[in-house]
Amino acid sequence: MTAAAQDLRIALIGLPNCGKTALFNRLTGSRQKVANYPGVTVERKEGQFRGASGRQYRVLDLPGTYSLTPTTLDEAITRDVALGRFAQEQRPETIVFVADATHLPLSIRLALEVKRLGLPMIMVLNMSDLARKRGFNVDHDVLSRELGVPVVETVAVSRRGADSLIATLEAMQIAPSPGSPAGEWREPSSEDVAATHLEASRILGIAGYHEPLRSATVERIDSILLHPVYGMLALGILLFFVFQAVFSWAAWPMDLIDAGVVTLAEFVNGVMAEGPLRSLLADGIISGVGSVVIFLPQIIILFAFILALEDSGYLPRAAYLLDRVMSSAGLSGRAFIPLLSSFACAIPGIMATRTIPNLRDRLATIMVAPLMTCSARLPVYALLIAAFIPDRDIGWFNLQGIVLFALYFAGVAGALLVAWVFKRLRRGHEAHLLMLELPDYQWPNLQNLVLGLWERIRLFLARAGGIILALMVLLWFLSTYPAPPAGASGAPIEYSFAGQLGYALAWVLAPIGFNWQIAIALIPGLAAREVAVAALGTVYALSGDEEAVTSSLSSVIAAEWSLATGLALLAWYVFAPQCLATIAVVKRETNGWRYPLIMTGYLFALAYLAAFVTYRLALAFGGG
Amino acid sequence: MARKQGESRPLSQLVVGEQAVVARVDAGDLLARRLLEIGFYPGAVVEVVAAMWPGDDPLAVRVGGATFALRRHEADGVTVT
Repeated sequence: MTAAAQDLRIALIGLPNCGKTALFNRLTGSRQKVANYPGVTVERKEGQFRGASGRQYRVLDLPGTYSLTPTTLDEAITRDVALGRFAQEQRPETIVFVADATHLPLSIRLALEVKRLGLPMIMVLNMSDLARKRGFNVDHDVLSRELGVPVVETVAVSRRGADSLIATLEAMQIAPSPGSPAGEWREPSSEDVAATHLEASRILGIAGYHEPLRSATVERIDSILLHPVYGMLALGILLFFVFQAVFSWAAWPMDLIDAGVVTLAEFVNGVMAEGPLRSLLADGIISGVGSVVIFLPQIIILFAFILALEDSGYLPRAAYLLDRVMSSAGLSGRAFIPLLSSFACAIPGIMATRTIPNLRDRLATIMVAPLMTCSARLPVYALLIAAFIPDRDIGWFNLQGIVLFALYFAGVAGALLVAWVFKRLRRGHEAHLLMLELPDYQWPNLQNLVLGLWERIRLFLARAGGIILALMVLLWFLSTYPAPPAGASGAPIEYSFAGQLGYALAWVLAPIGFNWQIAIALIPGLAAREVAVAALGTVYALSGDEEAVTSSLSSVIAAEWSLATGLALLAWYVFAPQCLATIAVVKRETNGWRYPLIMTGYLFALAYLAAFVTYRLALAFGGG
Repeated sequence: MARKQGESRPLSQLVVGEQAVVARVDAGDLLARRLLEIGFYPGAVVEVVAAMWPGDDPLAVRVGGATFALRRHEADGVTVT
């Protein structure tokens, strides 16, 4: 037998919010691999650790579930892996059942269901320190006897908190049985479910467990945070603060990355001989990857907030508060988190829709995520606002600020409208489940925060980075070749494939007030929106560092374009699918071309319509 | 709303702070099943702890030591006495 075959495979199963992931992090530290299950978009988390005997354990963190009868893809994976029915995954040899010790009834019920799978099992009472502090005393011996499995206590958030689990695993000396056959199993009936509830409360009764009263603190906090008025107010203040942080704290690391990218490109330009390879490296790869990496600070700050809020138990409450508003537009309250992420970048937002159990709700959320004003739109907005909107105070407010707010608002309003139309187009009615648990509040844990952030960063860089890199190389090729003929007077990009395409597009875009320079700039802008600014600079044959480009470009376009054109381009950018990486991620997340194509189509149609209406209205009001 | 007994009514009709006992769960298959699994089985004690405006939708319901947010039509599937 090979060493890997002697590894013991254990699977963590438990309810959502039972602290399973914290325990997984405690057991495996940074020795984790996060990927997707093949063919589906459910995350597969595996890690390793070594026991005192030197034996290697491979831990699979299965998605949390309330039962083995799945309502979501995630829950189906948990059942299928545990049963050995999942083709690409070996059946685990042991199940570590993780229960939140402060809240046992549903855990014990699920444990009774899981035990019927017929695998060796250990019952872990996690957060046992908290439970003791709150005065729960459960007789472990009774629990162990009644369930017929060993019971251990863990404190996933403290340093040696998982030692008792490891010791028990070592003592059990389970033989590895790779490729053990799928188990016999029958889906429990409703009567079975009710029976397991009664059995669970019988066991807990003789083990001396009392149902926890709602803690007075939680009750007091909830009476404010779940209140229709105060709760909404608190959520508004919180969101305002998060946005402030995302945009102001991220400013200097973004400048730093920007400067680094420019320096690196200059260095390459300095040491390499003039030629296609240098151009590819400096203009294609370095600036292309740079255009993605620059959003990392914002994504890190936003996700730090999201993870901390998630850990604290607040996020489900925000979903509760917003469910009514969002469901009237055809979205679920759960869509709140992905849409919030989309304000930094739609890509992590779309990846976060995996937490939405209903497929249609999830698709609706994916479809509208690109309408949230991501930070890549900001450079374009900044350029156009500076060029066309006078810097004037209106009452307490600044006109430029009002326009920026209006653009954000237009995105959100557009999203609600699109989601509503999407809902009307759905055939038939199916049950939409909210059924969201509102867990007790707790302090966020630093280790979980850091590991969670690291995972998000890695995923973002791997998915977006790879796609962007390929696209940037392609777009670099399109905008560089063929080279301009000798003695040509215009900017080189005019003669390239992208330039030719831009000219061809110009007549389509003329009714919405775009000239050929804009048409050309929109093509490289497909890779990432803000690239359009640099492309406009290229088309207007400007040179100099980026800051100079932006400021002089702003005066050039203010002189050359009409106000109507400037406003139409702003309206275009609220809706246009100017980001191929997003489309690619949608394709990956929905496993096909159908939804990315629908999305691209409707976004272009909306953008064209919005720009057309804006242009014509502006002309009518004398903005020509 | 058909009432079997004088005092049985849908869970969604409880006011905030009111406790009741689950009599039965009847809703579409998937919905009933999940309600049952998260603790709404006959005999379980429930309490509405918060309700959103307008129309008490969604509701926050305490059951078996846990709190769940339920949409009104989800809560309608649970009959309490």
